[in-house]
Amino acid sequence: MSVIMDQEQVRRAVTRIAHEILERNKGIEDVCLVGIRTRGAVLAERLRKAICEIEGVDIRTGVLDINLYRDDLSIVSQQPVIRETLIDFDVTDMKVVLVDDVLYTGRTIRAALDALVDLGRPACIQLAVLVDRGHRELPIRADFVGKNIPTAKEQKVKVVLTESDQGADSVVVQGGEA
Amino acid sequence: MNKWKHKHLLDLQETTRDDIELILETARSFKEVSSREVKKVPALRGKTVAMLFAEPSTRTRVSFELAAKRLSADTLAIQGATSSLVKGETLLDTALNVEAMNVDLVVVRHSASGAPQLLANGTKMSVINAGDGCRAHPTQALLDIFTIKEKLGRTDGVRVAIIGDIMHSRVARSNIAGLIKMGAQVVVCGPSTLLPVGIEQMGVESTTDINKALKGADVVMALRMQKERQQDSFLPSIVEYVREFCITPERLRIASPKALVMHPGPTNRGIEIAAEVADGPQSVILEQVTNGIAVRMAVLYLLLGRKSK
Repeated sequence: MSVIMDQEQVRRAVTRIAHEILERNKGIEDVCLVGIRTRGAVLAERLRKAICEIEGVDIRTGVLDINLYRDDLSIVSQQPVIRETLIDFDVTDMKVVLVDDVLYTGRTIRAALDALVDLGRPACIQLAVLVDRGHRELPIRADFVGKNIPTAKEQKVKVVLTESDQGADSVVVQGGEA
Repeated sequence: MNKWKHKHLLDLQETTRDDIELILETARSFKEVSSREVKKVPALRGKTVAMLFAEPSTRTRVSFELAAKRLSADTLAIQGATSSLVKGETLLDTALNVEAMNVDLVVVRHSASGAPQLLANGTKMSVINAGDGCRAHPTQALLDIFTIKEKLGRTDGVRVAIIGDIMHSRVARSNIAGLIKMGAQVVVCGPSTLLPVGIEQMGVESTTDINKALKGADVVMALRMQKERQQDSFLPSIVEYVREFCITPERLRIASPKALVMHPGPTNRGIEIAAEVADGPQSVILEQVTNGIAVRMAVLYLLLGRKSK
């Protein structure tokens, strides 16, 4: 088990991504954040606060549950608990920044893209992740990355965020050779 | 949260409070889907749901059909009058034929109590009871409980008065079973000929005095006077029923000031409920219908959204 990011590194990564989002989009006009439940939603909320501090204006933020769009619903033995999608604005013509904790196979993001386009037709969709661990199974890449971590498939990447988990922020790789 | 482990939904007797809470929580998410421009999610793509309705129904069948479609399942409807059920085929044979066409789940309504259980035992499909005889109508009770929880924010300690023909009401029986599990207090009220003997054993109060039933009620649930089941003269006359039990604006004032008025539909205006009450500000009758789709989506998802066999 090795600690890849501690509380301070997570904080800096979020701040940097906030700046990058602003830079790429030249401000926050027509930009919104959509976090994927559960930890993506926590990170989206942190990004919202960070952007609010930098720009002094609030940015629209929503929460997406992608379980209904998963491609493995018919093969998982226990169906996931469905939670609410809370996006109280129209995503049509918005620049949507999708936020998640770990980017791995890309299948979650594929489901999130399907879920988003059912809600409207965004001007564009960008992707922000705290950790990119590689091993993509779909042609998907992130626009904003907190940290790239080379991993083996048999390893597990565990993200702890105070709002959703017990304990202080951290990113830990478990099992195999780091 | 507790995980779902049932293959069928036949009545609420066999579900736990955790099961009911999981259905309500899942339904809350599905309600949002129905409010979208694109009212469809791909969760049950490739699944087939058959509606086997041997008794007339508009609301329940349409509600199940929309629920299945909004989850991207394919649906087919087999209705009594237009099916081979009228040619003498037994219900189980019809169901086995449906199963032979690789249908995953069957929603069944039948005038005989226990018909859904028969299909659950005799076929490999998942079965949802959409009303069997006077026995159970679990999805109606679930949508009622969902509506109560949504409107009042809780079910614990809520006082629910169910008024009317309790004897012939599967809606009442399922609501009693569900509401008691959810911590509500239930009082049933109707003419003595329509109050089943021993109903108190389900954990409810029973009275023929409507004023007593309505006093302090947070929810007033009127049941449809089932005229088709009244040939055996349970009532001296409909006029007398109206005089004694119809939910009128005056009677509604006996209940809590903001009591919800509910009715499973179809309503007989002027018989069990006055039109002013059914259309009044306290009525949530049409919201029950809206919520019915979300609740049925939740049940379909929980029963079908897992690895088959």
